[in-house]
Amino acid sequence: MRHNLGLFLYLGLCLLVITVVQQEWINAYVQIILMFIGINIMLSSSLNLINGYMGEFSCGHAGFMAVGAYVTSILNMGLFTSNSIFGESFFVGSEYSIVLFPFTLLIGGLFAAIVGLLVAVPSFRTRGDYLAIITLAVNYIVKSSIENVQAIGGARGFMGMRQVVNAMNEVVDLPWLMIWILVFTGVCIVTLKRFVESTFGKGVIAIRDDEIAAEIMSVNTKRVKLIAFMLSSGIAGMAGGLFAHVLGYINPGTFTIMKSTEIMVMVYLGGMGSLSGSVLSAILFTVLMEFLRPLQVFKWVLIPLVLIILMLFRPEGIMGNRELTDVFPGLRRFFPPKGN
Amino acid sequence: MPLLEIRQINHFFGGLQAVHGFDLQIESGELIGLIGPNGAGKTTIFNLVSGFYKPTRGEILFQGKSILGLQPHQVTSMGLARTFQNIRMWNSMTVLENLCISQHYKLGYGLIDVILRTKNYRQKEKETIQTAMDILEILGLSDYRDEYPKNLPYGLQRRVEIGRALAVKPMLLLLDEPAAGMNFSDIDKLIELIGWIRERFKLTIWLIEHQMKVVMSLCERLYVLDFGKMIAEGTASEIRNDERVIKAYLGAEEPSVHAES
Repeated sequence: MRHNLGLFLYLGLCLLVITVVQQEWINAYVQIILMFIGINIMLSSSLNLINGYMGEFSCGHAGFMAVGAYVTSILNMGLFTSNSIFGESFFVGSEYSIVLFPFTLLIGGLFAAIVGLLVAVPSFRTRGDYLAIITLAVNYIVKSSIENVQAIGGARGFMGMRQVVNAMNEVVDLPWLMIWILVFTGVCIVTLKRFVESTFGKGVIAIRDDEIAAEIMSVNTKRVKLIAFMLSSGIAGMAGGLFAHVLGYINPGTFTIMKSTEIMVMVYLGGMGSLSGSVLSAILFTVLMEFLRPLQVFKWVLIPLVLIILMLFRPEGIMGNRELTDVFPGLRRFFPPKGN
Repeated sequence: MPLLEIRQINHFFGGLQAVHGFDLQIESGELIGLIGPNGAGKTTIFNLVSGFYKPTRGEILFQGKSILGLQPHQVTSMGLARTFQNIRMWNSMTVLENLCISQHYKLGYGLIDVILRTKNYRQKEKETIQTAMDILEILGLSDYRDEYPKNLPYGLQRRVEIGRALAVKPMLLLLDEPAAGMNFSDIDKLIELIGWIRERFKLTIWLIEHQMKVVMSLCERLYVLDFGKMIAEGTASEIRNDERVIKAYLGAEEPSVHAES
């Protein structure tokens, strides 16, 4: 019971959010911000696995997000809605979407993980700056490939995901998209936390600290790298799928280096190698971006400036590589470390 | 069958021949030393044996099986662990975590077990931590299990590194200059430690060392390497009086110079 206190707290939070949304106590704008917070938490914590825990510099995370976004959207549009691109829906009636939506998200994540191989395999031979260039290249490969496939809209983009969301809401009147974002964010954080806390996952940190020692002291570095990259890009893919359904419209221009930079800013703001840092900074960053919206393009002057100041005075980010439980030991009650 | 058998290995770095036809046999339970001047190729041989380099020519057999073409982690999982000349710990993790990670090859669970925290995972994880704790206990390092290795004094770091190699549960332990950078009292402790873990874990040990005290008091057999070639082999006292060894280490004596002075 006590061991699951963290879980219960999260479930409580979810119930609260769902109730608040269901009763329409908050408007659609705040709802969207809440959804973006969830998505950004997924993105920043998954990138933290690579940039923080593994010590590589991946700057193409938006590419994996794009793969997930497109695969999930195409599946949902093809399966559950009748439209001009895919014709009649595969399943008669869109009510199936309520059951199958999480599966389409998982498939999107799976495809993103497979594209993640494009980075994982080169990472066996190169690291550091050279791998960073490869991640950048992968980002552009994905973006340009999508731009050139006219069947899914090319550079014009792809839309209609609202229908899927509306279809779910029609079957059972609940804010389904919000629910799925809460579920996937929770699952993703738990997965990453368990991964980096296991001796198996700590192989990732061993690779960061000393890759040669890791390989010689029996860590199968190739396998660990493969799993870490695929896990990270898979989660980014699922976040992308959710992102597409929140916006209802995606185009390749959304998933450029700009988006990747945004995710990187969140990771470095929160602290490398700190999951709670990533969660905190994702919340902080999303809210900050909304407050700075009146500044329009100037916010992209201000945000990098904040990053420069941060790097000068606190290069380790808000949390450093510590977790919340290290800063406030009292919290251990809620999130017991493993083995207890 | 020897535990480790090296047959005529040659290794080139580009045009430079680092190892010339090196031969060696280690029987189970032996404690062997490899000495030689700086740059003689001693560490290169360790790197070849641990699978980090592939020899240009030659054969390396561990327990009768060839290790050529294996990844270093595969060689390690066969029961061959090593330490490094310049201590290479994973410094952002605690001593205990360091000892757990070197058991990576025998964790016995997969990613799904990790994510679902299955019974198998919890069981295996407990065993892994227990093994690490046992080794820390044996080495008298239990008090430091939550310290970061970089914060420990040098002598203790060596001890932790040896502990990390022991956590692999090796049959053959390669120690690359374990006494490097140590003062005399540390060296005495180290000699005692190596002798003791050998008995305790039934280990075969092969060490590289410059400190003659370590070599002379521990090793049963010595190999001397110079410019990648083995120039002598024998017991400690034989080596001490070997002309070629004295020449390689101290330079040849020139009687005429002596006579004048």
